[in-house]
Amino acid sequence: MRYIEPHGHMVSRVTDDYLDMVTAGCACVCEPAFWAGYDRSSVNGFYDYFCQLTDYEPKRAAKFGLPHFCWLCINPKESEDVKLAEEVVALIPKFLDRPNVLGIGEIGLNKNSKNELKVLEMHVDLAARTNQMILVHTPHLEDKLKGTRLIVDLLESDTRIRPERVIIDHVEEHTIEVALEAGFWAGMTLYPESKCSPARAIDMLECYGSERLWLNSACDWGVSIPLNVPYTAVEMKRRGWSAEDIDKVVYQNPLKFLSQCKKFKLPKG
Amino acid sequence: MEARFKLIELAAFLDRVDRAEGNADFRLDAFRKALRELDGARPDRAKQVLLALSDPTTEPVEKAPGKGAVGAWLGRMVDS
Repeated sequence: MRYIEPHGHMVSRVTDDYLDMVTAGCACVCEPAFWAGYDRSSVNGFYDYFCQLTDYEPKRAAKFGLPHFCWLCINPKESEDVKLAEEVVALIPKFLDRPNVLGIGEIGLNKNSKNELKVLEMHVDLAARTNQMILVHTPHLEDKLKGTRLIVDLLESDTRIRPERVIIDHVEEHTIEVALEAGFWAGMTLYPESKCSPARAIDMLECYGSERLWLNSACDWGVSIPLNVPYTAVEMKRRGWSAEDIDKVVYQNPLKFLSQCKKFKLPKG
Repeated sequence: MEARFKLIELAAFLDRVDRAEGNADFRLDAFRKALRELDGARPDRAKQVLLALSDPTTEPVEKAPGKGAVGAWLGRMVDS
């Protein structure tokens, strides 16, 4: 089996995870910028983090033969501080030419506040001005429905944004149609305690089809399972999916979306 | 078997809550209301449970009250 992990916070993971992912057939990993679990105290913290994502982490992944790509932003969990966000958004263009940077992400909302919306607008404007793809984080639990609607409204109101170059991640049963009907890609995040289980993700694939959808583990420093994409592929097989249809979801779909970025190249063979 | 296991886990959780002392927070009422979505013939029960626990409002809040989510929307319980 081959698969792509399109959303993994590898700076939080140990080297055993890299070995397990490669052993399971992972062809590459893509790492959106994330909240560290604490608020960074200044823009310099982001400078260091972006260096880690664009320099150190790809080298660490390469030791296991795994191509590593990333997305840059200030995460919605740190977006209440608009002044800091302005400084970070001004810093991002210095990193956009680095070879493993795919675009702006994971941007979005967390608690659906006015300041979070302002910072989301800044990121969307930056992506539009610099022709970057966008990876969107949607809020958690009770905030997801409202946040997803606000995000989609904001993206649709900017005529520079092409929906086929945007993925709305962490969709669930009550938000998947909001993303897909607006023409965006949608991601289903396979978590053991929240977001989406493998069984529910497959239910959604069976109900809505497999166009413009990907699966990811979003493994980070919290409760998460780096191998949840291949585990879900095993469950798909158990439920009667063909090898070809599984490959479309776990490999070809993310490949199709990510290949819209010219820097996204996988080694042959 | 898997569904049976999960059903008994839910039942045991509610029994455990009943045995506990103190006042439940608003999420227990939200949970009980969402449970009603399971009893019916709708083909989208998972979606309805999620909607029952969601903030249905459309305007952004003035300021983020913190970083975390708690699992249910307090406003729905205040309104009802």
